Amino acid sequence: MQGQADSSRIGEVVEAASTSFLSQCYRLYEAPPLGALVRAGEPAVYGVVCRVVTEPLDAGRPVLARGENAATEEEVFRANPQLERLLTSRFESLILGHEDNGSLRPVLPPIPPRVHAFVHLCEAGDAAYLLQRGGWLRSLLSSNIPTADQVAGALLRRTAESAQDSEALLMESCRELARELAGDLPRLNAILKAVRQ
Amino acid sequence: MDHSPVRNGPGPLEHPILLAPGAELGLVVDGSLTDGVEVRLNRETSVEDLKVGTFVTIQGSRGRFFGVLTGISLGSSDPRLKHSPPDVDDPFIAQVVAGTVAYGSINVLPHLIMPAVLGEGEGPEAAKTIPAHFSRAHSATEQDVAAVFGSEDRSHFWIGNPLDMETKVCLDLDELVKRSIGVFGKSGTGKTFLTRLLLVGILQGGRASSLIFDMHSEYGWSGQDADRMVAVKGLKQLFPSRVSTFTLDRDSSVRRGSPVDEVVSIGYGEIEPEDVELLRETLNLSEVAASAAFNLQQRFGPGRWLQEFLELTGRQSLFDLASEIQVQPHALVSLHNRLTRLKRFGFLVEDAGPNSGSRAANSMIEHLERGQHVVLEFGRYGRDLTAYILVSNLLTRRIHDRYVALKEEAEGGKGREPRPLVIVIEEAHKFLAPSVASQTIFGTIARELRKYNVTLMVIDQRPSAIESEVMSQLGTRLTCLLDSERDIDAVLQGASGSRQLRGVLARLEPKQQALIFGHALPMPLVVRTRDYGSAGSYASLGGLGETAGQEDREARERRLEREIADLF
Repeated sequence: MQGQADSSRIGEVVEAASTSFLSQCYRLYEAPPLGALVRAGEPAVYGVVCRVVTEPLDAGRPVLARGENAATEEEVFRANPQLERLLTSRFESLILGHEDNGSLRPVLPPIPPRVHAFVHLCEAGDAAYLLQRGGWLRSLLSSNIPTADQVAGALLRRTAESAQDSEALLMESCRELARELAGDLPRLNAILKAVRQ
Repeated sequence: MDHSPVRNGPGPLEHPILLAPGAELGLVVDGSLTDGVEVRLNRETSVEDLKVGTFVTIQGSRGRFFGVLTGISLGSSDPRLKHSPPDVDDPFIAQVVAGTVAYGSINVLPHLIMPAVLGEGEGPEAAKTIPAHFSRAHSATEQDVAAVFGSEDRSHFWIGNPLDMETKVCLDLDELVKRSIGVFGKSGTGKTFLTRLLLVGILQGGRASSLIFDMHSEYGWSGQDADRMVAVKGLKQLFPSRVSTFTLDRDSSVRRGSPVDEVVSIGYGEIEPEDVELLRETLNLSEVAASAAFNLQQRFGPGRWLQEFLELTGRQSLFDLASEIQVQPHALVSLHNRLTRLKRFGFLVEDAGPNSGSRAANSMIEHLERGQHVVLEFGRYGRDLTAYILVSNLLTRRIHDRYVALKEEAEGGKGREPRPLVIVIEEAHKFLAPSVASQTIFGTIARELRKYNVTLMVIDQRPSAIESEVMSQLGTRLTCLLDSERDIDAVLQGASGSRQLRGVLARLEPKQQALIFGHALPMPLVVRTRDYGSAGSYASLGGLGETAGQEDREARERRLEREIADLF
């Protein structure tokens, strides 16, 4: 998947750990959606977007409400052009797997991606390919982030929507999910409902 | 990195209506040698495609196991499934959970291990272990079943087909006649048809003779198919040269157009106190009254007692006799009343000299030793259980005595072994109930096994009423549908895997299906019994039989020639 067009590059890693990495978007409000698959660095580390946040660049300068007299939200930004520079969008990605000697492995990488590694949004075909290989949901389901189920639902739904053989892919991925959650039916039910919405 | 196409697409959404032979069923996930293994069904196999009693092969790492499906169940990986079922109104969710969280599973009892290559002397062996975890289970193919249940030949008789298969299931006739046989099933489930088939098998096998106490006159010349309301041919019609018909009721035989070889009559002198003991239930005699017969025998002497006793008239003469032989007078009176009923049996004759009565038995033995099969038709007396019990017990006792003598002579080097004999009795629990089995000749035969080359074929609808010791001696058991728990327990007593067989037995069809297990088959199985009664069925039964008969004759002729050559 090397040599992708630069348009897929959406940001850089600004903080990395073994299980997740935080990326900063190049443009405000241009973070990938929840449940999107991203890859970072070389060899690639793959993650699923599990949290998106827009906040002040300087944590010491809290954002103030400025639109009391403005008619629209755009007017607020037009009147305060510095805001775009003071705010930033960041997203956290939970690591699902990595590339190792040309093959994809659904386990945590030995080392996390480097800080400043470029982060690309995976194309629909890539995402479908990863899901078909199986085992990629395990890290997500076993993570203790509170939104894991929502993220899993979004990941499956998004990937299937854009894949060629969407019904078949969705069915197979959901069956994998069912095998992973064989002992936790209420949770499986919740994710399946999220997928079907 | 190329983008491969979807590798594991979903399986077919519709289940096949019938399970194809050889289809993969699932994986072994649990089990034990005593309870069999549990196979978790794969997604493509629905529990609705499977039936209890069908054959399954399991490919273990060292061999292929052959077993029978004994149980079907629904499982789930989460016990909460039944309390909060998933939203199956959405067909997508229903398909996701089917085969993953909710799945079907079957129990398979492995009976045999098939050799890697089937060939001469390489038959299946009894399984003494079970397949390992995750062995793959398949439905058995026709070839697998044929390899286990053999093919039809001189020593293997085609009794029927497995359910849903066309493969022939063949009984090993040598093993069948070595030990006693039990045919059970409630009324109207096809015991008589099954017995007819077995008799034809024994006849074709040529290893043994059979003596049939034909209560309802349905084995000899012709019988009735109550469902189709047509007459079916009896043994004599199929194998005229090898079956001899005896009758107690000549008129009935003439009316039915049944050719009779001999009319049997029995002298009063032949009836012994033991016979009266056996008739206690049917004659409604008290224990004291029945045992008075022994005192009478002492008083009047063997062979004379019954006739002299029945000749007494008047209450006073009976009271006098009672005080003379020291029995309770009223018991003696009731014995006299009840035994007087025997007088209405036309086949009972006044004593005509010593041993006259054993003429019938001797004549039967003669026929049997010639390799003939003997059917004794009871005619109108078949409706009277007293007559049936009395005559069959009495004749069997004589025949057994003769066989014991012959066998002992053979052991002493003075003669040849008597030809194995299978005695067929109906309503067997009347002879083999715990209260009488120890006294009747049938109890003795059942217990002493094949020591004297005589075995029993017991036909009954209440196996629970038969003494358990006798039941345990039955080598091969064939059972049609049974309802009562006690009867099912009795039939399965001592059978390996009886718990699993229970389920199979209780779900038999009420017609043309039987569970067979024991020595004559390598493993228990349910068969759809072979057709009997159509022109085609007679041709297939009689055809082989006549050939067999011819071979028998040829063998006899050759032996005769050899003996003549030896002599001169």
